[in-house]
Amino acid sequence: MPEQKTVATTGNSVVAEAFRQCAPDVVPAYPITPQTTIVEEFAKFVAQGRVHAEYVTVESEHSAMSACIGASAAGARVMTATSSQGLALMWEELHIASGMRLPIVMANANRALSAPINIHCDHSDAMGARDTGWVMLFAETAQEAYDNTIMSVLIAEDPEVLLPVMTCLDGFITTHSIDRVQLMDDESVAGFVGEYVPQNALLDTDNPVSHGNFAGLGGPYFEFKRAQREAIDRSKAVVERVGKAFSDLSGRPFALIETDMMDDADVAIVVIGSTAGNVRHVAKQMRAEGLKAGVVKVRCFRPFPHAELAAALSSVKAVAVLDRAESFGAEGGPLYLETRSALYDLEHRMPVVNYVYGLGGSDVKLELIRSVFDDLSDIATGTPALHGPMYLGAR
Amino acid sequence: MQQLTEIRWHARAGQGAVTAAKLVAETALAADQYMQAMPEYGPERMGAPIKAFTRISPEPIDIHCNIENPDVVIVLDDSLLDIVDVAEGLVSDGAIIVNTCTPPDAIKRALGLADSITVACVDASGIALDTIKRDIPNTPMVGALAKVTGAVDIDSVKSLLEKTFGKKFGQEIIDANLASVDRAYEEVKAV
Repeated sequence: MPEQKTVATTGNSVVAEAFRQCAPDVVPAYPITPQTTIVEEFAKFVAQGRVHAEYVTVESEHSAMSACIGASAAGARVMTATSSQGLALMWEELHIASGMRLPIVMANANRALSAPINIHCDHSDAMGARDTGWVMLFAETAQEAYDNTIMSVLIAEDPEVLLPVMTCLDGFITTHSIDRVQLMDDESVAGFVGEYVPQNALLDTDNPVSHGNFAGLGGPYFEFKRAQREAIDRSKAVVERVGKAFSDLSGRPFALIETDMMDDADVAIVVIGSTAGNVRHVAKQMRAEGLKAGVVKVRCFRPFPHAELAAALSSVKAVAVLDRAESFGAEGGPLYLETRSALYDLEHRMPVVNYVYGLGGSDVKLELIRSVFDDLSDIATGTPALHGPMYLGAR
Repeated sequence: MQQLTEIRWHARAGQGAVTAAKLVAETALAADQYMQAMPEYGPERMGAPIKAFTRISPEPIDIHCNIENPDVVIVLDDSLLDIVDVAEGLVSDGAIIVNTCTPPDAIKRALGLADSITVACVDASGIALDTIKRDIPNTPMVGALAKVTGAVDIDSVKSLLEKTFGKKFGQEIIDANLASVDRAYEEVKAV
């Protein structure tokens, strides 16, 4: 196992460190708010000569993703970072990046969308991009943000995948808090991600290709979309394979969904991101008080691990899904919709309830999580499940 | 050792509370502890009241929420005592450390705190002006924290200061900061 250095630093810092260690050729970024300090620190690495990358500052996030697309199509390893309104402004380009099958890696600091104005954590930005064809990983901690970022490069560039990857970490809670993190040495990361060999580089003049052509009026647009669907379906095995390889290298676990105390659980909470820690903490307390509580954390949201989730939840009596984003007008939040759909084919279908929580950085107090487990305990013993979503802790 | 120590910082933006919280976090790491240090972000203006939070634990820390029942409260500016409820949620055997010239029994009375709560006062601004020549009370307050709670070790604080400041500043500034930590450690008075 490679030597690892333990540091006390922020999520943003370790993602910047992961960027440097993955040695991208080009990093285009809009350097003004709502940008993160990921690109600020990366710019410093470039200025110090600690990474040999072309760092391109542009006039908007729309241009940032456009520059990523151009550089990636040319054949470069490309990384960038954004957040909140920045991701929203990239929207049409997100589709182009995945449609052109460009293995761009982007870190996203999960933060709320206006209006009203709010800069704090929720998952509205990333969840709004969930159908843009990107592979999406979510981190609970700064450590996972670092690990996911390194894995993302290999996942994106895998010839079976060739899709952009969004690696998400919770705004402020993970991005700005100091946490204890283990970093790998540069050589180990370089060895793990390897040299990028582009598949269809525009600058490979011996093998001329074109990207993003007109494919309407009887053209192959429809078949391109099916190919994208097949690629993201295939990416599940690649995420698992890369995760396993990284896990072997780092000694830290990785799975599409990570379960705690699920073996004999009667009730379970499904959750994404930093709140998984709060849920685990309270679940242990509930166990001590006699409730068989379990936790399922979703670390890979796209492709969504339906089969794994159904298997993990197959024998519980009641499930609560926590969503840090809305899907206004739908039956519940995005994670709830996926989870309920995953459980539909089970022989034994249990009640599934939905809570929207923590929007705009609303504090996820432990007693709120406890109240969800209390509700689940009631539902598991016969109290009818409420139709949600319920707004957890809203005044 | 106590399982989990939760510290809440009250300061005005620009006083270095975040730097101090980072110093405490690094001291904890040096002692092979786990830690979290998180500022509470809002509209940032110099002089506005701010809060920051630090958790220290021998075990990995799972929770990610604000600290509502701190074991220790540190107040970097005593003008906040009139406008912020700094003792809010403080545990019954907790400690509050204030940068002030006012004696601790007067602060205890003014805040109406129970006898079980330790109140500690030190003129960290005065010490900072004497040693660092600027009113940056954050490093001396970490010295006071070491004395009052033992949550961090004074020698560890000083060696980290030397290491981190050594990269940016000359020996004179490092010595001034080390002296400020020592003086606050010696001069802090608790009731």
